[in-house]
Amino acid sequence: MTAKNQRMALAGAGVLAIAVAAVLALSGLKDQAAFFYAPSDVAGALPPPDKAVRLGGMVADHSIKRAADGVSIAFVVTDGKATTPVSFTGIAPDLFREKSGVVAEGHFNRDGSFTATNLLAKHDEKYMPPEMKGRMHETKTLER
Amino acid sequence: MPALHAFANPARFLKIARPLTPVLFWLGVALIAFGAWAGLTQTPPDYLQGESVRIIYLHVPAAWLGMGGWSGIALSSIAFLVWRHPLAAIAARAIAVPGAVFAAICLVTGAIWGRPTWGTYWQWDGRLTSMLLLLFVYLGYMALSRADRERGGAGEIPALYGIAGSVLLPIIRYSVVWWNTLHQGPSIGLTQSTIDRSILWPLPFTLVGFTLLFAAIVLMRMRALLAIAKAEARLRRRAEA
Repeated sequence: MTAKNQRMALAGAGVLAIAVAAVLALSGLKDQAAFFYAPSDVAGALPPPDKAVRLGGMVADHSIKRAADGVSIAFVVTDGKATTPVSFTGIAPDLFREKSGVVAEGHFNRDGSFTATNLLAKHDEKYMPPEMKGRMHETKTLER
Repeated sequence: MPALHAFANPARFLKIARPLTPVLFWLGVALIAFGAWAGLTQTPPDYLQGESVRIIYLHVPAAWLGMGGWSGIALSSIAFLVWRHPLAAIAARAIAVPGAVFAAICLVTGAIWGRPTWGTYWQWDGRLTSMLLLLFVYLGYMALSRADRERGGAGEIPALYGIAGSVLLPIIRYSVVWWNTLHQGPSIGLTQSTIDRSILWPLPFTLVGFTLLFAAIVLMRMRALLAIAKAEARLRRRAEA
């Protein structure tokens, strides 16, 4: 084996090790690196009420209810498998709407509902002009 | 590989790079100008995002060049370590600055878009965090390669760092697929896209345009680095004489 071939083999082994490291990082951090809980993630074990967490999913159709005070809203987050009722007081982002993705920051209550202190709209990967809204897609789930 | 070695000769490289630089530069500028005009005036707004969708014509090329730049550093580093050619090390050093700049543009345009779309400039989600790490890895590479040169190193340590840093590339790419993230999933695949054609079509112009501009900047920087090395060698010879 010449010195050059040896270096080439070393470089190949190095690249392979890095690829394995990336796969391990991605799969090993799967739970820790998750940006939010989905409703079905917490079905069995609810995070304690004093823990600040995020809840993500789709805003269920016809579920947004606005309170008389004008700033409080209640809605249901679903991921297709489970649902969580959410209450929020404050200013929702413009893209917050039914059948669209949402990430709520806040905490779970003991009864399984969620109290949000902040709402983020989650945009999906579909882009289209307004004319196509008639035959608009509906995001069914955040899973891919 | 004789074909590669032919380009690795600095004199021959300069003979090709000198006329190629302005061609790449002006072709890139022309494509960017056309893509920007088309993207700002000829495409419809998005049904949800409105006009802010137009930042895609800058954001996506910046993300691609931020990551593509690091691929270039990693490949040059492997070429340097295996074939020991100094031109490969110079290429890696030349890529670092524009790569870092485009990674920063990607982060800034993403934050500007995120405020009206998500309701926040920044969140520590998987995609955003891994891209920020790539920017820091670029800055670390620049500091390391400068320190290595000042201490008279041959460039092996920055080359190893360049290879090791590529661990971030698959993490950035698959962060939105494997993890729950605020950032949306991939919109653009090799064969299809979830972006409607009427919005998407100017993107290839800016994508290729910025890539040509990037290549021109890298060639300019390589020529500058070669010229500096030549001047330093001449000064050293004069001092010794």
